[in-house]
Amino acid sequence: MPLLTVTDLRTSFHTRSGVYRAVDGVSFSVERGETLGIVGESGSGKSVTCYSIMGLLPVPPARIEGGSAVFDGIDLLQCTPAQSRAIRGKRVAMIFQDPMTSLNPYLRVSEQLIEPLLIHEKISKAAALKRGLEALEAVGINDAARRIHLYPHEFSGGMRQRVMIAMALITKPELLIADEPTTALDVTVQAQILELIKKMQRDLGMAVIFITHDLGVVSGLCDRVQVMYAGRIVETADVRTLFHAPLHPYTRALQRSIPALQTKGAELYTIRGLPPDVSKPLPGCAFAPRCEFATERCTATPARLETVAAGHAHACLRAHAGEI
Amino acid sequence: MSAPLLQLTDLKTHFPLTRGFIFKRAAGTVKAVDGVSLSVARGEVLGLVGESGCGKSTLARTIMQLVPTTAGTVVLEGKNLTTGSGAEVRDVRRDLQMVFQDPYASLNPRMTVFDMLAEPLRVHTVCAAADVPARVAELMRLVGLAPRFMQKYPHEFSGGQRQRIAIARALALEPKIIIADEPVSALDVSIQAQILNLLAQLCRKMNLALIFIAHDLSVVKHISDRIAVMYLGKIVELGPALDVIERPSHPYTRALISAIPTANPDTERTRQRIVLPGDPPSPINPPAGCAFHPRCPHAQEKCKAAAPPLIRAEPAREVACVRLGEI
Repeated sequence: MPLLTVTDLRTSFHTRSGVYRAVDGVSFSVERGETLGIVGESGSGKSVTCYSIMGLLPVPPARIEGGSAVFDGIDLLQCTPAQSRAIRGKRVAMIFQDPMTSLNPYLRVSEQLIEPLLIHEKISKAAALKRGLEALEAVGINDAARRIHLYPHEFSGGMRQRVMIAMALITKPELLIADEPTTALDVTVQAQILELIKKMQRDLGMAVIFITHDLGVVSGLCDRVQVMYAGRIVETADVRTLFHAPLHPYTRALQRSIPALQTKGAELYTIRGLPPDVSKPLPGCAFAPRCEFATERCTATPARLETVAAGHAHACLRAHAGEI
Repeated sequence: MSAPLLQLTDLKTHFPLTRGFIFKRAAGTVKAVDGVSLSVARGEVLGLVGESGCGKSTLARTIMQLVPTTAGTVVLEGKNLTTGSGAEVRDVRRDLQMVFQDPYASLNPRMTVFDMLAEPLRVHTVCAAADVPARVAELMRLVGLAPRFMQKYPHEFSGGQRQRIAIARALALEPKIIIADEPVSALDVSIQAQILNLLAQLCRKMNLALIFIAHDLSVVKHISDRIAVMYLGKIVELGPALDVIERPSHPYTRALISAIPTANPDTERTRQRIVLPGDPPSPINPPAGCAFHPRCPHAQEKCKAAAPPLIRAEPAREVACVRLGEI
């Protein structure tokens, strides 16, 4: 049985200018110990999916319209606050994009770091501090005994992200959700953090949901990848299939627009147009207006995610019909 | 070769650090830019790469004379900006324009696109008042925006469109050189490519020189003729773009290239990657000798002795590393 099963999740934002369907019928599952990558551009709903699961969205304006997210037999969207408190921060942990704003600047690192332990485990403060120290050492912070008592502003960006990871992993969670954890960091520091996440995953045997817009990051880290566009999953496959034989035109276009893979001097490949406005109804495929293969049928008929091979599903009518 | 368009000679920008509130006393200096010499030819695209805190943005601001220069000169077409009076610098700025990283912060939310593009035209009286609307429309078309959006405010545009407005604003005075400070870092992959294409196309069409600052080497590779790699206020490697990427000489450049994740799941899991330990050091107390030696996999005793100068290693390549021939 999968560790987490999300079924037909629908989340919208009710604002004065309309209802934005940020997540529009997303279903997926994560097995124990697996790394799932969720890829998409900003506004594709990849972060909102995970925030919905974690119950971190402000209600209102957000509203979870339907669906379920079953973690080890408990539906996170329906469970009591007490049940959800026992899971969040203990069995499911999350790290965020911006290490500059996600630590509390008023609290010493030690206090924030051991807070999950004090809440979730019957443990003395001294014992928690000892675990905190071990956690900081495990994420590669030198001189941890002194640094644990510093404030977040005394750490660099990469160090803060290490602190965030230490904090998330201190309760040995079964699932880690990482929301663009390296986007705000330099490439050299990004390489360090990715290595660290891989190592911690091996050591703890946890499952990871890794949200990113960078296909390059996904290729080295994830077992399976799902691509999101306008609140829907357009393609999901194991990482090799997704990179070597993508079927959905959006996945192909995304791959072609990676600058590193293109020859120098030539005009860079671009996806024309802009992502759609998700407050307006999208009767057909959301990518159709920007798709070079789109026909009239694409703009009128909804495209459903259909399995084409073991573990490989996509939502393109024309690819299903074998036309492209 | 004819005289370069822009010539930087031993440029230094240091910021004093003070302690105390009323009785301020010096507590050190941040050597943000510490002895940079560079030249940019007419129509040339120079990519400037480095980690955050290496001084690349300060270098851009120093060239623009937005921060006071500590030492060295910035010479644009024979005119020295570092010694010029305020009026002279203002005048020269017509030829020297800047595009900033964050298109959400660099556009005034209370000005329409028309106001923003018309302002430089009016300030420098480039054209008659009656011709301003036509010129604004022309600028918008130039960057791929429809002139009918002229009366709209920045919040009505997407990130990529805002960056187009910022580029149009920089182009309004027909400058000879544009400094773009991480212009695509805040944008999505598919939009990044659009802006890169636009910049490359404008440079070709208008014979515009461009200093393109980024931390992402794969982006810089595409647009640049030459690449300069910066580390802690100094240039450590300079050479033709493809050559630097394919045959990096300085250990830092090698590490920087190696850190870029490749979008290939087969090679990505097996390739040997150089993972640099630690963070870039603080520019307040930089390490003695070569500033990179504490993180360098090839560092020896002699690297700690003196800061290596940028020397010409090949006809078109300059590198600052004492172990150049050995590694």
